[in-house]
Amino acid sequence: MQLYGTDITSRLLLGSAQYPSPAHLTKAIAASGTEIVTVSLRRETAQGSGAGFWDILRQTGVRILPNTAGCHTATEAITTAQMAREIFATPWIKLEVIGHSDNLQPDVFALVEAAAELTRQGFQVFPYTTDDLVVGDRLLGAGCEVLMPWGAPIGSGQGLRNPDALRAMRAHFPEVPLIVDAGIGCPSDAAQAMELGYDAVLLNTAVAKAGDPIGMARAMATAIDAGRMGFNADPMEAREMAAPSTPILGLAELV
Amino acid sequence: MKLHVNAELREVQASTLAQALPELGFDCPALATALNGTFVPREVRASTELTDGDRLEVLAPMQGG
Repeated sequence: MQLYGTDITSRLLLGSAQYPSPAHLTKAIAASGTEIVTVSLRRETAQGSGAGFWDILRQTGVRILPNTAGCHTATEAITTAQMAREIFATPWIKLEVIGHSDNLQPDVFALVEAAAELTRQGFQVFPYTTDDLVVGDRLLGAGCEVLMPWGAPIGSGQGLRNPDALRAMRAHFPEVPLIVDAGIGCPSDAAQAMELGYDAVLLNTAVAKAGDPIGMARAMATAIDAGRMGFNADPMEAREMAAPSTPILGLAELV
Repeated sequence: MKLHVNAELREVQASTLAQALPELGFDCPALATALNGTFVPREVRASTELTDGDRLEVLAPMQGG
């Protein structure tokens, strides 16, 4: 898979929040095999709270995908992206512009506006978006080369709420890397996204809040591999009625 | 002068952003600054004059999804 010209092998992108401890985070990263980890920016304390976390993450060797989580306007998101680029020294930005505080739904209008401006400023934008085709088209027009539609609201663990829309998105954008971002709860949800032909899955809470985050990181990676292999193997068409898999020909008459 | 530093009112002697950061206890290199909502790149901090009442945001890496 190529994301903005960079070859990426692992199809799992992992968030770095909510783990029981820093050790759980680093072990989950290793168990997942991920090459891309999302991070955020928050107010620094005079004790230097951010430095320890950043040191731990740097030692893992993963690529960093900073986010603009919590931003509600294009202006806030653009400024946050500029600050993230300086700290993390990457043009990559996971662009989130939140439109509704209950379901953390993207404000797609501000998202497109911010994506266009950030692209103009040399950023490589990974937009957290809805499964709306027209918005997807607008984001591509704004310069995005990746789309990240939600599966379900952030942190909800509900799985893919609208697989039909995600399937339509895959069909409509056959050449664009598509990543399901948010809503994954179980490994089967991640596998389903991959079976739909998605290029990758971005998840955080499903691993961090599992009883065994490291075990779940491994499970997610395995499910994503299985889903991708299944997609590549071209699944059979589903049918309404049963069809015997064992041949009828040669069936004995025993009554 | 008084600055709003990460939403907290702080007194500083420094006149530039570059001088204010260590005075405020921000010694870690992994941080980024915004003054009154506008990003101030690291190389511009020394030439950025502060004004009484400015809003300074100092951000650092944090866990995120």
